[in-house]
Amino acid sequence: MLTPEEWGIVLLSLQVGAVAMAVTLPVAFALAWILARGTFPGKVLLDALVHLPLVVPPVVTGWVLLLAFAPHGVMGAPLQALLGVSVLFRWTGAALAAAVMALPLTVRAMRLSIEAVDQRLESAARTLGAGRARVFWTITLPLSVPGILAGAVLGFARSIGEFGATITFVSNVPGQTRTLPLAIYSALQQPGGEAMAWRLSGISVALSLAALVASEVLARRMGAGHHVL
Amino acid sequence: MSFDLALTKRIGTTEIALTLEPGPGVGSGATILFGRSGVGKTSVLNMVAGLLRPDAGHVRVGGETLFGDGVDVPPERRRAGYVFQEPRLFPHLRVRGNLLYGAPRGAEIGDRLDFLGIGGLLDRWPRTLSGGEARRVAIGRVLLSDPRFLLLDEPLSSLDRPRREEVMQAIEHMRDVLRLPILMVTHDPEEAERLGTRVVRMG
Repeated sequence: MLTPEEWGIVLLSLQVGAVAMAVTLPVAFALAWILARGTFPGKVLLDALVHLPLVVPPVVTGWVLLLAFAPHGVMGAPLQALLGVSVLFRWTGAALAAAVMALPLTVRAMRLSIEAVDQRLESAARTLGAGRARVFWTITLPLSVPGILAGAVLGFARSIGEFGATITFVSNVPGQTRTLPLAIYSALQQPGGEAMAWRLSGISVALSLAALVASEVLARRMGAGHHVL
Repeated sequence: MSFDLALTKRIGTTEIALTLEPGPGVGSGATILFGRSGVGKTSVLNMVAGLLRPDAGHVRVGGETLFGDGVDVPPERRRAGYVFQEPRLFPHLRVRGNLLYGAPRGAEIGDRLDFLGIGGLLDRWPRTLSGGEARRVAIGRVLLSDPRFLLLDEPLSSLDRPRREEVMQAIEHMRDVLRLPILMVTHDPEEAERLGTRVVRMG
């Protein structure tokens, strides 16, 4: 059984993952749409930039975020001036780091689903009197839903597992930024912390497995040949 | 209402050119675009529907310019009833939802589609329909969108003989009873002979 402290860690992780996904979803869908349907100079570069967090060492991503959101950073200064808030050492910062790290996987799943939508159906809808906006809301979006959900679930799982960028960006603050992986790391640094590490690791594995299975099932609903795994 | 078309379009190495002047047999009934595969018959329909932009020329239907002279009316405002070669039914909508997709808000199916014999299919999903049923639903969907004219792209292809006869009769009904001008593509001489009031050879 989990201790109250461990339950707190699990709930914080779920909160960070949920907020990260809420932030990521619209951005990821817009990027996925542009990459799936757009033809413009620099598309390859945009594609590479979106996927960058997947291949760059997470500590680098965390450091870049730290520089950007520091009190005098390009993002931190206006946030402080306009809203009087800072995300440093706070769970909102952990959610931001998780969102950035989850973006490539989320975009990838959504892009596949948008590419899988038969554009001949969209043409048929246009000839039936639907303008571009109506075609998007009534044809493209509903047919992309399995991929959007798959991307969201996958991104959520990635967010919960985020470690390197989070610890670099917002440190390892109990109750604020100590999510599951950071708590496991902390437990392993303490004598006698193995039992806690085991329990939290078990929960991490179970959550990740459930998310992967769910996203794969959703991706398969998009049709033959589409897999997240 | 008559078709007045002058179209040129290069797609890859294929040069598509068609001139169809208004005249007897073009204003009413069915004008058949007849020719072998690959000469651009479907591309002509796409240009009339606004789905493909011609390199030059004009598209006029019933005296109204849909393309040319600086005009390019978007597909959703052309009121072209386009029945594609494949039914293109929306897989996430039941037959009823498909039929009413292009209909005015609040419209009902009523008895206008009785001649298609699809009244018993309304609650079915498109994936459960046979080829002939799907084709008739596609025709019904187009008719409920209140088209000014019809574009039919090989509407009888890949149907067995009984289903072909059903759809053939539906096209004759639209031509003779509903009196909708039809521009239809086929490479089947028998279809061209039976349905066409004028046959235009391409290629």
